[in-house]
Amino acid sequence: MAVQSFQEHFDSLIDRDISIEPKDWMPDDYRKTLIRQISQHAHSEIIGMLPEGNWITRAPSLRRKAVLLAKVQDEAGHGLYLYSAAETLGISRDEMYEQLHTGKAKYSSIFNYPTLTWADMGAIGWLVDGAAIMNQVPLCRTSYGPYARAMVRVCKEESFHQRQGFEIMLTLSKGTEVQRKMAQDAFNRWWWPSLMMFGPPDAESPNTEQSVHWRIKRFTNDELRQKFVDVTTEQAKVLGLEMPDKDIKWNEERGHYDFGTINWDEFWNVVKGNGPCNKQRIDARKKAWEEGKWVRDAAMAHAEKRKQKANNVQAA
Amino acid sequence: MTNNKLNKNEWPLWEVFIRSKAGLDHKHAGSLHAADAQMAIENARDVYTRRMEGVSIWVVESKQIHASDPGQSESLYEPASDKVYRHPTFYDLPDEVKYM
Repeated sequence: MAVQSFQEHFDSLIDRDISIEPKDWMPDDYRKTLIRQISQHAHSEIIGMLPEGNWITRAPSLRRKAVLLAKVQDEAGHGLYLYSAAETLGISRDEMYEQLHTGKAKYSSIFNYPTLTWADMGAIGWLVDGAAIMNQVPLCRTSYGPYARAMVRVCKEESFHQRQGFEIMLTLSKGTEVQRKMAQDAFNRWWWPSLMMFGPPDAESPNTEQSVHWRIKRFTNDELRQKFVDVTTEQAKVLGLEMPDKDIKWNEERGHYDFGTINWDEFWNVVKGNGPCNKQRIDARKKAWEEGKWVRDAAMAHAEKRKQKANNVQAA
Repeated sequence: MTNNKLNKNEWPLWEVFIRSKAGLDHKHAGSLHAADAQMAIENARDVYTRRMEGVSIWVVESKQIHASDPGQSESLYEPASDKVYRHPTFYDLPDEVKYM
Protein backbone atom coordinates (compact mmCIF):
# COMPACT_ATOMS: atom_id res chain seq x y z
CA MET A 1 0.00 0.00 0.00
CA ALA A 2 1.21 3.49 -0.82
CA VAL A 3 1.31 6.12 1.93
CA GLN A 4 -1.83 7.63 0.50
CA SER A 5 -3.79 4.43 0.90
CA PHE A 6 -2.44 3.88 4.44
CA GLN A 7 -3.78 7.32 5.28
CA GLU A 8 -7.11 6.55 3.60
CA HIS A 9 -7.42 3.29 5.49
CA PHE A 10 -6.66 5.05 8.78
CA ASP A 11 -9.18 7.81 8.05
CA SER A 12 -11.85 5.29 7.22
CA LEU A 13 -11.29 3.47 10.53
CA ILE A 14 -11.57 6.77 12.41
CA ASP A 15 -14.70 7.75 10.46
CA ARG A 16 -16.35 4.42 11.21
CA ASP A 17 -15.37 4.72 14.88
CA ILE A 18 -13.24 1.57 14.74
CA SER A 19 -10.36 1.41 17.23
CA ILE A 20 -6.79 1.90 16.12
CA GLU A 21 -4.52 -0.82 17.55
CA PRO A 22 -0.74 -0.76 18.11
CA LYS A 23 0.22 -2.60 14.94
CA ASP A 24 -2.06 -0.52 12.68
CA TRP A 25 -0.51 2.16 10.52
CA MET A 26 -1.10 5.63 11.98
CA PRO A 27 0.03 9.14 11.03
CA ASP A 28 3.11 10.34 12.93
CA ASP A 29 1.24 13.25 14.45
CA TYR A 30 -1.48 10.96 15.77
CA ARG A 31 1.18 8.84 17.44
CA LYS A 32 2.97 11.91 18.83
CA THR A 33 -0.23 13.43 20.16
CA LEU A 34 -1.14 10.19 21.89
CA ILE A 35 2.30 9.71 23.41
CA ARG A 36 2.14 13.26 24.75
CA GLN A 37 -1.38 12.92 26.12
CA ILE A 38 -1.08 9.41 27.59
CA SER A 39 2.31 9.96 29.19
CA GLN A 40 1.16 13.28 30.62
CA HIS A 41 -1.84 11.47 32.01
CA ALA A 42 0.36 8.73 33.52
CA HIS A 43 2.70 11.31 35.06
CA SER A 44 -0.32 13.05 36.61
CA GLU A 45 -1.38 9.83 38.31
CA ILE A 46 2.11 9.26 39.70
CA ILE A 47 2.72 12.86 40.82
CA GLY A 48 -0.87 12.90 42.10
CA MET A 49 0.10 10.40 44.80
CA LEU A 50 2.37 12.95 46.46
CA PRO A 51 -0.09 15.57 47.80
CA GLU A 52 -2.23 12.80 49.31
CA GLY A 53 0.68 10.74 50.55
CA ASN A 54 1.32 13.75 52.75
CA TRP A 55 -1.75 12.85 54.85
CA ILE A 56 -1.62 9.05 55.09
CA THR A 57 0.19 9.04 58.43
CA ARG A 58 -2.09 11.76 59.79
CA ALA A 59 -5.49 10.47 58.69
CA PRO A 60 -8.00 11.04 61.52
CA SER A 61 -9.10 7.40 61.85
CA LEU A 62 -8.07 3.91 60.84
CA ARG A 63 -10.96 3.81 58.35
CA ARG A 64 -9.84 7.04 56.69
CA LYS A 65 -6.26 5.81 56.61
CA ALA A 66 -7.15 2.49 54.97
CA VAL A 67 -9.25 4.33 52.38
CA LEU A 68 -6.54 6.88 51.60
CA LEU A 69 -3.94 4.14 51.26
CA ALA A 70 -6.18 2.24 48.85
CA LYS A 71 -6.79 5.40 46.83
CA VAL A 72 -3.10 6.25 46.55
CA GLN A 73 -2.35 2.64 45.58
CA ASP A 74 -5.00 2.89 42.86
CA GLU A 75 -3.28 5.99 41.52
CA ALA A 76 -0.01 4.09 41.25
CA GLY A 77 -1.93 1.40 39.36
CA HIS A 78 -3.54 3.96 37.05
CA GLY A 79 -0.11 5.40 36.27
CA LEU A 80 1.10 1.91 35.39
CA TYR A 81 -1.87 1.09 33.13
CA LEU A 82 -1.27 4.33 31.27
CA TYR A 83 2.50 4.00 30.98
CA SER A 84 2.06 0.60 29.38
CA ALA A 85 -0.57 1.96 27.00
CA ALA A 86 1.93 4.66 25.94
CA GLU A 87 4.66 2.04 25.52
CA THR A 88 2.60 0.33 22.81
CA LEU A 89 3.28 3.47 20.73
CA GLY A 90 7.02 2.87 20.78
CA ILE A 91 8.30 5.03 23.63
CA SER A 92 10.08 3.27 26.51
CA ARG A 93 9.19 3.63 30.17
CA ASP A 94 12.62 5.05 30.95
CA GLU A 95 12.27 7.68 28.24
CA MET A 96 9.00 8.79 29.77
CA TYR A 97 10.53 9.01 33.25
CA GLU A 98 13.40 10.97 31.76
CA GLN A 99 10.95 13.44 30.21
CA LEU A 100 9.15 13.85 33.51
CA HIS A 101 12.30 14.35 35.52
CA THR A 102 13.79 16.89 33.11
CA GLY A 103 10.55 18.85 32.88
CA LYS A 104 10.11 18.07 29.19
CA ALA A 105 6.82 16.30 29.89
CA LYS A 106 4.10 17.98 31.88
CA TYR A 107 1.60 16.65 34.39
CA SER A 108 -1.63 18.12 35.66
CA SER A 109 -0.87 21.48 37.27
CA ILE A 110 -3.29 20.85 40.11
CA PHE A 111 -0.74 18.67 41.88
CA ASN A 112 1.55 21.64 42.30
CA TYR A 113 -0.70 23.02 45.02
CA PRO A 114 -0.03 22.11 48.67
CA THR A 115 -2.33 20.01 50.88
CA LEU A 116 -2.55 22.16 53.99
CA THR A 117 -5.30 20.49 56.04
CA TRP A 118 -7.16 17.19 56.27
CA ALA A 119 -10.09 18.85 54.49
CA ASP A 120 -7.87 18.98 51.40
CA MET A 121 -8.19 15.18 51.18
CA GLY A 122 -11.93 15.72 50.94
CA ALA A 123 -11.70 18.55 48.41
CA ILE A 124 -9.23 16.65 46.24
CA GLY A 125 -11.42 13.56 46.11
CA TRP A 126 -14.58 15.52 45.46
CA LEU A 127 -13.26 18.17 43.05
CA VAL A 128 -9.99 16.97 41.57
CA ASP A 129 -11.11 13.38 41.10
CA GLY A 130 -14.52 14.67 40.05
CA ALA A 131 -12.93 16.78 37.32
CA ALA A 132 -10.68 13.89 36.36
CA ILE A 133 -13.68 11.56 35.98
CA MET A 134 -15.45 14.14 33.83
CA ASN A 135 -12.39 14.16 31.57
CA GLN A 136 -11.84 10.42 31.66
CA VAL A 137 -15.27 8.94 31.02
CA PRO A 138 -15.31 10.07 27.37
CA LEU A 139 -11.76 8.71 27.01
CA CYS A 140 -13.12 5.19 27.52
CA ARG A 141 -14.24 5.54 23.88
CA THR A 142 -11.11 7.24 22.60
CA SER A 143 -9.90 5.99 19.22
CA TYR A 144 -6.67 4.33 20.38
CA GLY A 145 -7.51 0.86 21.72
CA PRO A 146 -4.90 0.42 24.49
CA TYR A 147 -5.66 3.91 25.86
CA ALA A 148 -9.41 3.28 25.83
CA ARG A 149 -8.99 -0.06 27.62
CA ALA A 150 -6.75 1.50 30.26
CA MET A 151 -9.34 4.22 30.79
CA VAL A 152 -12.18 1.73 31.27
CA ARG A 153 -10.18 0.20 34.09
CA VAL A 154 -9.30 3.60 35.55
CA CYS A 155 -12.89 4.87 35.46
CA LYS A 156 -14.22 1.76 37.18
CA GLU A 157 -11.87 2.39 40.07
CA GLU A 158 -12.08 6.16 40.17
CA SER A 159 -15.65 6.57 41.32
CA PHE A 160 -14.87 5.47 44.87
CA HIS A 161 -12.18 8.15 44.95
CA GLN A 162 -14.69 10.88 44.38
CA ARG A 163 -17.26 9.44 46.76
CA GLN A 164 -14.80 9.06 49.63
CA GLY A 165 -13.77 12.70 49.11
CA PHE A 166 -17.35 13.88 49.17
CA GLU A 167 -17.95 11.85 52.31
CA ILE A 168 -15.02 13.61 54.04
CA MET A 169 -16.44 17.00 53.00
CA LEU A 170 -19.91 16.01 54.20
CA THR A 171 -18.63 14.86 57.59
CA LEU A 172 -16.66 18.08 58.06
CA SER A 173 -19.45 20.34 56.88
CA LYS A 174 -21.87 18.72 59.32
CA GLY A 175 -19.30 18.84 62.13
CA THR A 176 -18.16 21.61 64.45
CA GLU A 177 -17.81 25.22 63.33
CA VAL A 178 -14.04 24.77 63.01
CA GLN A 179 -14.52 21.68 60.84
CA ARG A 180 -17.05 23.44 58.64
CA LYS A 181 -14.66 26.34 58.16
CA MET A 182 -11.90 23.92 57.27
CA ALA A 183 -14.11 22.33 54.59
CA GLN A 184 -15.04 25.76 53.19
CA ASP A 185 -11.40 26.84 53.13
CA ALA A 186 -10.37 23.70 51.23
CA PHE A 187 -13.25 24.23 48.79
CA ASN A 188 -12.14 27.83 48.24
CA ARG A 189 -8.56 26.84 47.52
CA TRP A 190 -9.27 23.87 45.23
CA TRP A 191 -12.21 25.21 43.24
CA TRP A 192 -10.40 27.39 40.70
CA PRO A 193 -7.44 25.04 40.12
CA SER A 194 -10.03 22.27 39.52
CA LEU A 195 -11.67 24.33 36.77
CA MET A 196 -8.23 24.83 35.24
CA MET A 197 -7.79 21.04 35.05
CA PHE A 198 -9.89 21.00 31.88
CA GLY A 199 -7.17 22.96 30.11
CA PRO A 200 -7.15 26.33 28.36
CA PRO A 201 -10.33 27.72 26.76
CA ASP A 202 -11.18 26.16 23.39
CA ALA A 203 -10.20 29.33 21.57
CA GLU A 204 -6.66 29.01 22.94
CA SER A 205 -6.28 25.25 22.80
CA PRO A 206 -4.37 24.55 19.59
CA ASN A 207 -4.58 20.75 19.86
CA THR A 208 -8.26 20.37 20.57
CA GLU A 209 -9.63 20.52 17.05
CA GLN A 210 -7.25 17.91 15.65
CA SER A 211 -7.77 15.65 18.69
CA VAL A 212 -11.53 15.84 18.32
CA HIS A 213 -11.17 15.03 14.62
CA TRP A 214 -9.08 11.96 15.44
CA ARG A 215 -11.60 11.01 18.10
CA ILE A 216 -8.89 11.09 20.74
CA LYS A 217 -10.95 13.72 22.52
CA ARG A 218 -14.72 13.47 22.44
CA PHE A 219 -15.59 16.82 24.00
CA THR A 220 -13.79 20.14 24.13
CA ASN A 221 -12.23 21.63 27.27
CA ASP A 222 -14.99 24.21 27.67
CA GLU A 223 -17.79 21.67 27.23
CA LEU A 224 -16.40 19.46 29.98
CA ARG A 225 -15.66 22.42 32.26
CA GLN A 226 -19.27 23.61 31.96
CA LYS A 227 -20.57 20.16 32.79
CA PHE A 228 -18.34 20.05 35.86
CA VAL A 229 -19.52 23.47 37.07
CA ASP A 230 -23.16 22.41 36.62
CA VAL A 231 -22.95 19.19 38.63
CA THR A 232 -20.55 20.47 41.29
CA THR A 233 -22.59 23.57 42.07
CA GLU A 234 -25.55 21.32 42.87
CA GLN A 235 -23.37 19.03 45.00
CA ALA A 236 -22.08 22.04 47.00
CA LYS A 237 -25.67 22.72 48.05
CA VAL A 238 -25.86 19.28 49.66
CA LEU A 239 -22.73 20.16 51.62
CA GLY A 240 -24.19 23.53 52.57
CA LEU A 241 -20.97 25.23 51.48
CA GLU A 242 -20.73 28.55 49.73
CA MET A 243 -19.51 28.62 46.12
CA PRO A 244 -16.07 30.25 45.95
CA ASP A 245 -17.27 32.25 42.93
CA LYS A 246 -19.59 35.24 43.42
CA ASP A 247 -20.53 35.17 39.74
CA ILE A 248 -22.04 31.68 39.76
CA LYS A 249 -25.59 32.06 38.53
CA TRP A 250 -28.10 29.77 36.84
CA ASN A 251 -28.72 30.86 33.27
CA GLU A 252 -32.22 29.76 32.31
CA GLU A 253 -31.67 30.44 28.64
CA ARG A 254 -28.48 28.39 28.34
CA GLY A 255 -29.62 25.75 30.77
CA HIS A 256 -26.24 26.03 32.50
CA TYR A 257 -24.57 27.89 35.33
CA ASP A 258 -22.66 31.01 34.32
CA PHE A 259 -19.42 31.36 36.21
CA GLY A 260 -16.66 33.89 36.82
CA THR A 261 -13.44 34.45 34.93
CA ILE A 262 -10.65 31.95 35.45
CA ASN A 263 -7.25 33.38 36.23
CA TRP A 264 -5.36 31.94 33.26
CA ASP A 265 -2.19 33.84 34.15
CA GLU A 266 -2.01 31.76 37.31
CA PHE A 267 -2.57 28.60 35.27
CA TRP A 268 0.22 29.32 32.79
CA ASN A 269 2.50 30.37 35.58
CA VAL A 270 2.05 27.02 37.34
CA VAL A 271 2.44 25.14 34.05
CA LYS A 272 5.74 26.95 33.50
CA GLY A 273 7.01 25.63 36.83
CA ASN A 274 6.27 28.48 39.19
CA GLY A 275 3.49 26.91 41.25
CA PRO A 276 3.87 26.51 45.01
CA CYS A 277 5.12 22.89 44.86
CA ASN A 278 6.49 22.23 41.34
CA LYS A 279 10.06 21.83 42.50
CA GLN A 280 9.15 19.76 45.54
CA ARG A 281 7.09 17.31 43.43
CA ILE A 282 9.77 16.70 40.80
CA ASP A 283 12.50 16.47 43.43
CA ALA A 284 10.49 13.78 45.25
CA ARG A 285 10.12 11.76 42.03
CA LYS A 286 13.79 12.11 41.12
CA LYS A 287 14.87 11.10 44.61
CA ALA A 288 12.68 7.98 44.49
CA TRP A 289 14.02 7.11 41.05
CA GLU A 290 17.67 7.63 41.91
CA GLU A 291 17.52 5.94 45.28
CA GLY A 292 15.70 2.97 43.76
CA LYS A 293 18.36 2.43 41.13
CA TRP A 294 20.38 -0.12 43.09
CA VAL A 295 17.20 -2.14 43.71
CA ARG A 296 16.34 -2.22 40.00
CA ASP A 297 19.91 -3.15 39.09
CA ALA A 298 20.15 -5.83 41.78
CA ALA A 299 16.85 -7.43 40.72
CA MET A 300 17.99 -7.51 37.11
CA ALA A 301 21.40 -8.97 38.04
CA HIS A 302 19.69 -11.62 40.16
CA ALA A 303 17.33 -12.56 37.33
CA GLU A 304 20.24 -12.77 34.87
CA LYS A 305 22.21 -14.97 37.22
CA ARG A 306 19.32 -17.37 37.71
CA LYS A 307 18.75 -17.55 33.98
CA GLN A 308 22.45 -18.30 33.49
CA LYS A 309 22.34 -21.06 36.09
CA ALA A 310 19.28 -22.64 34.50
CA ASN A 311 21.02 -22.58 31.12
CA ASN A 312 24.14 -24.19 32.56
CA VAL A 313 22.08 -26.99 34.10
CA GLN A 314 20.38 -27.62 30.77
CA ALA A 315 23.69 -27.63 28.90
CA ALA A 316 25.29 -30.07 31.35
CA MET B 1 4.02 -6.46 21.80
CA THR B 2 5.87 -3.21 21.64
CA ASN B 3 9.02 -2.15 19.87
CA ASN B 4 10.56 -0.06 22.59
CA LYS B 5 13.93 1.38 21.96
CA LEU B 6 16.38 -1.00 23.53
CA ASN B 7 17.26 -0.01 27.02
CA LYS B 8 19.46 -2.45 28.77
CA ASN B 9 18.73 -1.21 32.28
CA GLU B 10 14.99 -1.43 31.88
CA TRP B 11 13.25 -4.49 33.28
CA PRO B 12 11.67 -6.55 30.50
CA LEU B 13 8.03 -6.05 29.59
CA TRP B 14 5.48 -8.79 30.37
CA GLU B 15 1.94 -9.32 29.15
CA VAL B 16 -0.52 -10.24 31.89
CA PHE B 17 -3.47 -12.60 31.48
CA ILE B 18 -6.06 -13.02 34.23
CA ARG B 19 -8.65 -15.73 34.84
CA SER B 20 -11.48 -13.86 36.53
CA LYS B 21 -13.06 -17.00 37.99
CA ALA B 22 -12.68 -20.74 37.80
CA GLY B 23 -14.11 -22.09 34.57
CA LEU B 24 -13.33 -19.03 32.46
CA ASP B 25 -10.44 -18.32 30.08
CA HIS B 26 -7.46 -16.21 30.97
CA LYS B 27 -7.93 -12.84 29.34
CA HIS B 28 -5.36 -10.19 28.47
CA ALA B 29 -5.35 -7.53 31.20
CA GLY B 30 -2.38 -5.35 30.30
CA SER B 31 1.35 -5.30 30.67
CA LEU B 32 4.03 -4.41 33.19
CA HIS B 33 7.77 -4.46 33.78
CA ALA B 34 9.49 -7.02 36.01
CA ALA B 35 12.94 -8.53 36.35
CA ASP B 36 11.68 -12.12 36.13
CA ALA B 37 8.52 -14.21 35.88
CA GLN B 38 7.99 -14.48 39.61
CA MET B 39 8.20 -10.72 40.07
CA ALA B 40 5.91 -10.26 37.09
CA ILE B 41 3.26 -12.42 38.78
CA GLU B 42 3.64 -10.55 42.07
CA ASN B 43 3.41 -7.18 40.35
CA ALA B 44 0.45 -8.34 38.28
CA ARG B 45 -1.32 -9.28 41.49
CA ASP B 46 -0.84 -5.72 42.81
CA VAL B 47 -1.53 -3.89 39.57
CA TYR B 48 -4.37 -5.94 38.06
CA THR B 49 -6.19 -7.73 40.88
CA ARG B 50 -6.79 -5.16 43.63
CA ARG B 51 -10.54 -5.79 43.53
CA MET B 52 -10.84 -9.55 43.26
CA GLU B 53 -10.55 -9.45 39.47
CA GLY B 54 -8.78 -12.76 39.31
CA VAL B 55 -8.13 -16.25 40.64
CA SER B 56 -5.20 -17.07 38.37
CA ILE B 57 -2.49 -15.11 36.57
CA TRP B 58 -0.39 -15.91 33.51
CA VAL B 59 2.56 -13.78 32.51
CA VAL B 60 4.40 -13.99 29.19
CA GLU B 61 7.39 -11.93 28.21
CA SER B 62 6.08 -9.53 25.58
CA LYS B 63 8.87 -10.33 23.14
CA GLN B 64 7.66 -13.96 23.06
CA ILE B 65 4.30 -12.99 21.59
CA HIS B 66 3.92 -13.23 17.84
CA ALA B 67 1.04 -11.35 16.30
CA SER B 68 -0.66 -11.41 12.93
CA ASP B 69 -0.14 -8.49 10.59
CA PRO B 70 -3.11 -6.09 10.28
CA GLY B 71 -2.05 -5.59 6.63
CA GLN B 72 -3.07 -9.19 5.98
CA SER B 73 -6.53 -8.89 7.51
CA GLU B 74 -8.22 -9.24 4.15
CA SER B 75 -6.56 -12.47 3.12
CA LEU B 76 -6.84 -13.93 6.62
CA TYR B 77 -10.39 -13.14 7.59
CA GLU B 78 -12.42 -12.19 4.55
CA PRO B 79 -12.78 -15.68 3.05
CA ALA B 80 -14.97 -16.55 6.05
CA SER B 81 -17.53 -13.86 5.25
CA ASP B 82 -19.06 -15.68 2.24
CA LYS B 83 -19.43 -18.98 4.08
CA VAL B 84 -22.70 -18.30 5.80
CA TYR B 85 -23.55 -22.00 5.50
CA ARG B 86 -21.24 -22.52 8.47
CA HIS B 87 -23.93 -21.03 10.69
CA PRO B 88 -27.00 -23.01 11.79
CA THR B 89 -29.37 -20.17 10.82
CA PHE B 90 -28.46 -20.77 7.15
CA TYR B 91 -30.74 -23.83 7.09
CA ASP B 92 -34.53 -23.57 6.80
CA LEU B 93 -36.32 -26.33 8.62
CA PRO B 94 -40.07 -26.88 9.12
CA ASP B 95 -41.41 -25.59 12.45
CA GLU B 96 -42.52 -29.04 13.52
CA VAL B 97 -38.94 -30.25 13.80
CA LYS B 98 -38.07 -30.08 17.48
CA TYR B 99 -34.82 -30.29 19.43
CA MET B 100 -32.54 -29.29 16.56
